[in-house]
Amino acid sequence: MTSPSSSRPGLWRWALVIAPVLLVLLIIAYVAGWLSPHRLTPDRFINQFQTNGGVHPGLRRNHAKGVCVAGYFQGNDQASVLSRAALFADVRTPVVGRFSLPGPNPLTPDGSTPVRAMALRFALANGQQWRTAMLNAPVFSVNTPQAFYQNLVAHAPDAHTGKPDKAKIAAFNAAHPEMAPFMAWAKATVPSASFATQNYGGLDAFYVTNARGQRHAVRWRFVPQAKATDPTGKPDANALDADLMQRLANGPLRWQLVFTVAQAGDPTAQAATAWPADRKQITAGTLVLTRASGQAEGPCRDINYDPTILPDGMSLTDDPLPPARSAAYADSFRRRTAEEAHLPGYPAAKETH
Amino acid sequence: MRHSDRSTFHPLARLLHWLMAAAIIAMLLIGLGMVASVSARHDWLLAIHKPLGIAILLLAITRLVVRRRHPPPPLPADLPRLQAWAAHASHWLLYALMLAMPLIGWAMLSAGGYPVTLGAGLQLPAIAPTNTTLFAVLRAAHSVLAYALALTFLAHMGAALYHGLIRRDGVLASMIGVRRKTSASN
Ligand code: HEM
Ligand code: HEM
Repeated sequence: MTSPSSSRPGLWRWALVIAPVLLVLLIIAYVAGWLSPHRLTPDRFINQFQTNGGVHPGLRRNHAKGVCVAGYFQGNDQASVLSRAALFADVRTPVVGRFSLPGPNPLTPDGSTPVRAMALRFALANGQQWRTAMLNAPVFSVNTPQAFYQNLVAHAPDAHTGKPDKAKIAAFNAAHPEMAPFMAWAKATVPSASFATQNYGGLDAFYVTNARGQRHAVRWRFVPQAKATDPTGKPDANALDADLMQRLANGPLRWQLVFTVAQAGDPTAQAATAWPADRKQITAGTLVLTRASGQAEGPCRDINYDPTILPDGMSLTDDPLPPARSAAYADSFRRRTAEEAHLPGYPAAKETH
Repeated sequence: MRHSDRSTFHPLARLLHWLMAAAIIAMLLIGLGMVASVSARHDWLLAIHKPLGIAILLLAITRLVVRRRHPPPPLPADLPRLQAWAAHASHWLLYALMLAMPLIGWAMLSAGGYPVTLGAGLQLPAIAPTNTTLFAVLRAAHSVLAYALALTFLAHMGAALYHGLIRRDGVLASMIGVRRKTSASN
């Protein structure tokens, strides 16, 4: 007989039907973070950038002001002892990059911060990619995503004055002594009038693995070959782009990629702390930038410089910043591309022409 | 494989069903969990998400082939028309979504200009041109259809339990592999 059982189903049977459905819903809600309003999620991170700097449809939620560049990387095979990644052999790898200023405001005057940034995407011949987003600082400001987020909150404009509350910033700084090396650098550094003269570091620690399977923790920097002919004093609001165009009109700009190899005990999870100065360094090749274009129409606009996109031969350490950056950059990228595509529910990006 | 019992699903179909049930629930939770996390969890979950999603695509194709060779047992003859219709519609929706979700994930990364890496040096070719509008649409679709899949799955699970515990009509048993005492199709 296939007809339903003649006795009326007891209440407990209905409970057994409904309970698993509710349980799964509850697990979904928990996993998605709906039950924990204080969990730091990419969404909350990006909302905080928007609280601090407003919504500028189509633009990055941080490092909003920038310019696209392109060129290539010429490997010299010397870093092959460190990493088997194909671009470190004696080969040429195309690069699309972006120079930028930190912060969510696309109108940040160039003289208002000493921080300059360079992001690069290497497209390897084997289809793999290396993406890195770097700063000209010697170290990062903080060690953890949580501290970075609290720093953003401390810098949020006050509801009454529209300006950040100095007391909150001071309280944050006092609670984060790890900030000292970065703050000392920022205080001592005059904002440069050129992207070309800056020394950009990945700051986070990564592992590199060579063809024999040996693994080392490293950090890297791109060391400029351009001479610092910076005028003294603060640069004009938009001096950096003009300087870049002018320099490129005169010829390519070059940086050398230098790896610093950690020794046992050097912290890999503290981007705010420098490693001792005597660590072994290996020059891996030369970055050559040959042209630039505005970020509204240039090839860097639609690139997410997610620092966890690595070729075979490079990998993540226990540094907590790269995963947080990957998650936050993806959410920023999701929003700005949705705005560019004019998806319903998103403020439309301004047309670029 | 010989399978003469017309009251239960073919053993291979059952194996695929429960394997994929576990994999798809896991994928929904992994997906929702990784986009709500800024810790190292974000990266290791993503490292599972991509290969497991592609595995689901391959399993779904296999499953449709198995289904053609070994059609499922019929629903109970006395099932109300509307319920029978809902059962068929939800099954095809589930098949559509378990094929669409991985394809959209793969196409979305392609359109976003990302390398589609599956770990262990494995990399898939792009299946869509690098295009921002396409990326934006696919990225939104990956979220919306994930929720659609979650809701369809919940309805499906509720219905299965309803058949098993309230109607006790052998439908749940046919997927667990317990033979019905009498067949619905005689
Ligand atoms: C948890 C800490 C961090 C968060 C939440 C964060 C957040 C962001 C966001 C949301 C973007 C915009 C991404 C996009 O839309 O494509 C961005 C860009 C950028 N970030 Fe970070 N960031 C963090 C740490 C760092 C660190 C440690 C560095 C340097 C070592 C860095 C360097 C950059 C650079 C250079 C860019 C511009 C990339 C480009 O030109 O597209 N960030 N960041
Ligand atoms: C059955 C298959 C799949 C299911 C059920 C699934 C489910 C999900 C879910 C629920 C999310 C979170 C969406 C949100 O809340 O916005 C997600 C995100 C994502 N999925 Fe999938 N997915 C599947 C297959 C794939 C495949 C095959 C790939 C790539 C090869 C992929 C790549 C991604 C990526 C990259 C994200 C995160 C995007 C971001 O951070 O912006 N998915 N997926």
